Amino acid sequence: MAGVGDYSLPNRYAVQIVPTNGFTSLLTFFTSASMAFLIVFSIAMSTAADRLAQSWSASLANSATLRVSAPLVDIESQTEAALNVLSSTKGIASFRLLKVEEQQALLEPWFGPDVPIDNLPMPRLIVIEENEDGYDRVGLRLRLAAEVPSAVLDDHTRWREPLVKAAYRIWFLGWLSTCLVLCIVVSMIILVTRAGLLSNRKVIEVLRLVGATDQYIAGAFVRKFAFRAFFGSTLGGVVASLTLFLLPSKVDQNAILTGLRLEGLEWSWLIIIPVFFFILTFFAARISSLNILKSLS
Amino acid sequence: MIEMERVAYSYGEELLSELNLSISQGSFYFLTGPSGSGKTTFLKMCYGSLVPTSGKLSVFGKDSSSLSRDEIAYLRRKIGVVHQDCQFLDHLTVVDNIALPIMVSARSSLSDSLNLKELLNWVGLSHRSKALPAELSGGERQRAALARAIIMSPNIILADEPTGNIDWEMSQRLIRLLVELNHMGKTVVIATHDLNLIRFTKTSVQARVLRISNKTVQLAGSDL
Repeated sequence: MAGVGDYSLPNRYAVQIVPTNGFTSLLTFFTSASMAFLIVFSIAMSTAADRLAQSWSASLANSATLRVSAPLVDIESQTEAALNVLSSTKGIASFRLLKVEEQQALLEPWFGPDVPIDNLPMPRLIVIEENEDGYDRVGLRLRLAAEVPSAVLDDHTRWREPLVKAAYRIWFLGWLSTCLVLCIVVSMIILVTRAGLLSNRKVIEVLRLVGATDQYIAGAFVRKFAFRAFFGSTLGGVVASLTLFLLPSKVDQNAILTGLRLEGLEWSWLIIIPVFFFILTFFAARISSLNILKSLS
Repeated sequence: MIEMERVAYSYGEELLSELNLSISQGSFYFLTGPSGSGKTTFLKMCYGSLVPTSGKLSVFGKDSSSLSRDEIAYLRRKIGVVHQDCQFLDHLTVVDNIALPIMVSARSSLSDSLNLKELLNWVGLSHRSKALPAELSGGERQRAALARAIIMSPNIILADEPTGNIDWEMSQRLIRLLVELNHMGKTVVIATHDLNLIRFTKTSVQARVLRISNKTVQLAGSDL
């Protein structure tokens, strides 16, 4: 009986040293799928909130609204005076008086279509866009107070800042949720590894009898859990993406939650998440199993 | 190969004490004694599964009490162990079970291992290589366990009641394989309480018999 020759040896990695039909395998797979699903949604929520905050910041930061409220008899003259003030103010790129139809469209969500606002004492609205240098807000307010006392300049700061803050809080909460879910994944993997090792004591005993080191035994279990976590999280990510697709689009309904989606490079999360799950599971399971094996000696 | 100096082992209550013994390369030993006398404990100390509570036990010149966990694993690759209950992985085929020691070892040690095909032929299990352990008879299981024990070409083979669950004919067949290994220069230590088996073996090999009595090991006389 000489050295290993013509007979092909079983592949040390292909052979499933650890039985694969245990509940721990299924638990790892489904928990990873569920957690990846939640993470994709958390990330989608974060990125949507981030986009919203940036959009609000950018689109409203350089604009203002001048509201002219006066009795019907004076409204036209007051509006004309306000337009004159604006035309002679430096730092304003453009200004435009909203048409009646546009104001009607703004009120439509509250009052419904075909409201005869011509007969109502509606204020006139002037949309102002500032240029890169910006205009002197204090100076403009003083001039308006002197020349058009019924005009109120709203530079959106009052309500823009809380909205942007809220959007950033949602962004933060999304990432916090992601971190918490990852903590749950690590805890789950530690518990599953422990259960897996303890329910396979006979396997460990046999492997030790034939000269397996703790590293080898841990590796056999870690591979099993890491691949289950990888495939589970891939499935969870794909299902979450399909669910995001099925949500109403932002175009259809202009509301915050309808922007819940991934865009452009954000889709790379679908690759990053399973890989990250694999790495996380690998290290969590390895550290956990080596500790358990030490205690089982 | 195995040196014992005043070795004792205690599970709370002392089971073995004052073991002084030297097992040399190529020898053939039987270890006898009543159930619970410490035969299995004796063998477990030899392959590093248990560490003596006192005394000094050296295997291949290394003090077993000072071995690290990895060193114990490496030691077991040089010692083939056959248990009465065989200890297979039930979900693996016979050939995978036999090849387990190779799979858990580094690739570099493959050159020391035996040819798997020849080994299966030698133990008469070529036709059962793809069977699961549960599908084997008692004798086949013991021969498969022996094949696994010797696949890494160990210098020592320790067998704990290897014929305990098989009939006389199969026992003889297994013993012939162990004797053949001894003739190849391997050291064989068999724990058994089957005196007929010892008598049968002594007809074909110079075997010594150690008897565990009063917690210690004594060389048995010619009454066996």
